[in-house]
Amino acid sequence: MSATGGTRYDSIVVGGGHNGLVCAAYLARSGRSVLVLEAASQVGGAAVTREFAPGFKVSACAHLLHLMPPALMRELDLETLGLRLAAADLPSTALASDGAHLLLGAGASAALGAHSPADAGAYADWQSLLSRLATALHPVLSATPPRLGTEAWRDQAALLALGWRLRRLGRSELRELLRIGGMCVHDLLEDRFRLPLLKGALALDAVLGTNYGPRSPGTVLTLLYRAAAAPGAARLAQPLGGLGALSQALARAAVSAGAEIRTDAVVERIVVREDHVAGVRLASGEEITSQTVVSSADPKTTFLRLLGCEHLDAGFVRRVSQLRSRGLTAKLHLALTQLPEFAGLTGAALRGRLLVAPSSDYIERAYSHAKYNEFSSAPILEVTIPTLTDPALAPRGRHVMSVIVQYAPYVLAAGWAGQRQRFADLIIDNLARYAPGLRDCVSASELLTPPDIEREFRISGGHWHHAELALDQFFMVRPVPGATQYRSPLPGLFLCGAGCHPGGGVMGLAGRNAAQALIREAA
Amino acid sequence: MLTESEPHYRQPLLKTPFHERARVLSQLDSFIPWSGYTTVDVFTSVEQEYFAIRNASSLYDLTPMVKYRIAGIDALRFLNRLTTRDLGKLGPGRVAYTVWCDDEGHLIDDGTVFCLGANEYRLCTAERQLDWFRASAIGFDVEIREVTEEIAALAVQGPTSCKLLKTIGVQGVENLKPFEHGTFAMPQSSRPPVSLLVSRTGFTGDLGYELWMSPADAEPVWDALMEVGRTRAVRPIGSRALNIARIEAGFLLPRMEFVSAAHTLYLGTERSPLELGLAWLVDFGKGHFNGRRALLAEAARGPRHQLVGLDVAGQKPAHNALLYTARSGHKQAGSVTSATWSPTCKRNIALAMVDAAHSAIGSTLWADIYLNRELVWERRMVVARVVERPFFAPARRRATPPADF
Repeated sequence: MSATGGTRYDSIVVGGGHNGLVCAAYLARSGRSVLVLEAASQVGGAAVTREFAPGFKVSACAHLLHLMPPALMRELDLETLGLRLAAADLPSTALASDGAHLLLGAGASAALGAHSPADAGAYADWQSLLSRLATALHPVLSATPPRLGTEAWRDQAALLALGWRLRRLGRSELRELLRIGGMCVHDLLEDRFRLPLLKGALALDAVLGTNYGPRSPGTVLTLLYRAAAAPGAARLAQPLGGLGALSQALARAAVSAGAEIRTDAVVERIVVREDHVAGVRLASGEEITSQTVVSSADPKTTFLRLLGCEHLDAGFVRRVSQLRSRGLTAKLHLALTQLPEFAGLTGAALRGRLLVAPSSDYIERAYSHAKYNEFSSAPILEVTIPTLTDPALAPRGRHVMSVIVQYAPYVLAAGWAGQRQRFADLIIDNLARYAPGLRDCVSASELLTPPDIEREFRISGGHWHHAELALDQFFMVRPVPGATQYRSPLPGLFLCGAGCHPGGGVMGLAGRNAAQALIREAA
Repeated sequence: MLTESEPHYRQPLLKTPFHERARVLSQLDSFIPWSGYTTVDVFTSVEQEYFAIRNASSLYDLTPMVKYRIAGIDALRFLNRLTTRDLGKLGPGRVAYTVWCDDEGHLIDDGTVFCLGANEYRLCTAERQLDWFRASAIGFDVEIREVTEEIAALAVQGPTSCKLLKTIGVQGVENLKPFEHGTFAMPQSSRPPVSLLVSRTGFTGDLGYELWMSPADAEPVWDALMEVGRTRAVRPIGSRALNIARIEAGFLLPRMEFVSAAHTLYLGTERSPLELGLAWLVDFGKGHFNGRRALLAEAARGPRHQLVGLDVAGQKPAHNALLYTARSGHKQAGSVTSATWSPTCKRNIALAMVDAAHSAIGSTLWADIYLNRELVWERRMVVARVVERPFFAPARRRATPPADF
């Protein structure tokens, strides 16, 4: 390979995950020549569909589409580019061991009424408040956060706009937002609801993908984050072909705007000359020149591995290395010879999410194990059976079950090597309480622990959000002071991954915000 | 040595390996704490001790100086990223004075780096900062260990210091140039010779050496020097006498000329090397180092403050004096950081931090001096002129070989 490639690019995007692709698409649309370098053999990062057993395919990490704002999908014309939904507006069902399951989603209030009329009303109230808060907070997620104490008019304008937007919520709702904003979700749910099953299901949404239990502070924030990502969207959708199909559409959006994408291109080093980004060097030794490198890799990988500490100040390096970024979420994929029977569940509910989190206390107990580097003996589960809406993912008549599992610590005291089968069995046993015949249906399985996720998706720590969603790592200070507003201390190096504001999940806002910040900076 | 049984703050101050000798000679019993050790402030009289520095030789116990051993294949890369100078130019046998900054380009501390060999350095600093060094070591293959207690250190400073060392048998020390170090042997009558690391460094701005040795050798070395020094006006000195000499030499003292950025609480009280007149230590061309981007920005907009030397009218040291642009005292221009009557220069001198606008050589400022005359306080507004530093820089400090008295 030649030392310096023939083509020079205005920007190189490191990593072809959904944020990298979104960023590349917007940058290419602004007229820049853009090269996306993806280490894996296909684009998508953690939004990817791949085979896990012969003939069985699954969305290997993220498995539902619900956070990406419709506006972004429209702007990038993803529908024209071939993105189809196998199912939208999927319901969620909180599983109960006695078969008295609770259906949440469209028409949930009516279903809830049968269990508890008081909760039915409370649920409707909460959904309406959440929807108004989400609408008010969405612009916060979809724009570059302001910095405090700067003279820049843009920062001051953004602060004013934030204040105005919150003020417009009205006195009582603003008061409620400030009251609950720093709370733990357990207390919020205790205030509003009675049914343990309902509280468990709502708490699960607050803690999924995080390092928290329902009684951890900041879990209302994560719940609001989830709601504010895509207010009013067709919640909970399955793209036809899995999440990988979304990434393929994003890749087409980038390519049709003029970007170039290379897979199997492992970036080894960000090249620096004269204290400015000069390009990247691949593992093959090839060097590609560019004055702008946008990294969708997590902050630790970007700064400590790809750039190198010698180009950064020690205080900054310390902040980056202390970023909390260890995942607690595992993924279990099951190949099923036939659809197991879930007692008391109909076809419509099975197509949606099945939640195993019977109460808030159940989740907290599951979380307690993780604090001591053990996996939960009774983990919480988010289950989907994507083959019910997208049969092509498995051989005819067979099914795929995709399970998000918490809590599975990054560092397991007993070591993951000898414990994988035990944990997989434990998950299946837990599920078998609701679907007694499950074990006999399983023909193959795959468990991805956080270290596996770290390895396969190249996320240090294996955390969904690259960096924990916590008040001290959120908004203006995400990922760390010194690397906010998608910039970095090194001129020419930008960030666009989940480690940036607003955070992870298949949302794409970090990628879009980063592209817009970069375009503004050049203007 | 610290023991596990008591927390460190309940333990008495440590005693240096020279302590027993110093205690006997310390007429005033005037000890002060320094980096966890107790050391002598004044032995007999400040004036006598000062004149030993300038007219004969002085012994100063600098064991409490915090010492780090920095070794490993990335030792040089680590030091070059940590400090502002290009230490790639520092070969074995050489010493460099350097400073280091935080991310904002604010000074954390200054110190000397000894190159002891390939991949091995010793860093001597005023204060402990393992925490900052550890942060600076992330991503570098380097081992950092504090060795303060393992090394006894004694400064031998003054015009006759070379002769004194030769007299106790340290052969070849006269060939050491400033900022060089080497290993020497001091013979003993009935025991094997003492191995000494001698560096031609010091804090007096005069001819002088610093001796680094095993704590077990501290007393024999002290005894040998005091024995031959008996007829040569050699004196042990305390920190007060040294302070006069260092102000004459224009050297900075932490907590006087600057507060380490690791300790400042108020915004704006941090100082950068550019403000402290240490721009000559900042090598922007060597690649990245801590604070480089911030210092470049500061260099472009110009430092806000500047450390200057002052020649103050009258004889009363301008301790803590506020400085004004005019006699009226309406507009403050800065303040004095260190002041003394200079016995050698016969001038009333001071170091001061002033607004950059008033830092040019020849600028006239007014010092507001408060005097205690037998409990009657008086205030004097006197002219203070910005002058060149150092105030005292004798040719003998650089002469190699030094004069043989």
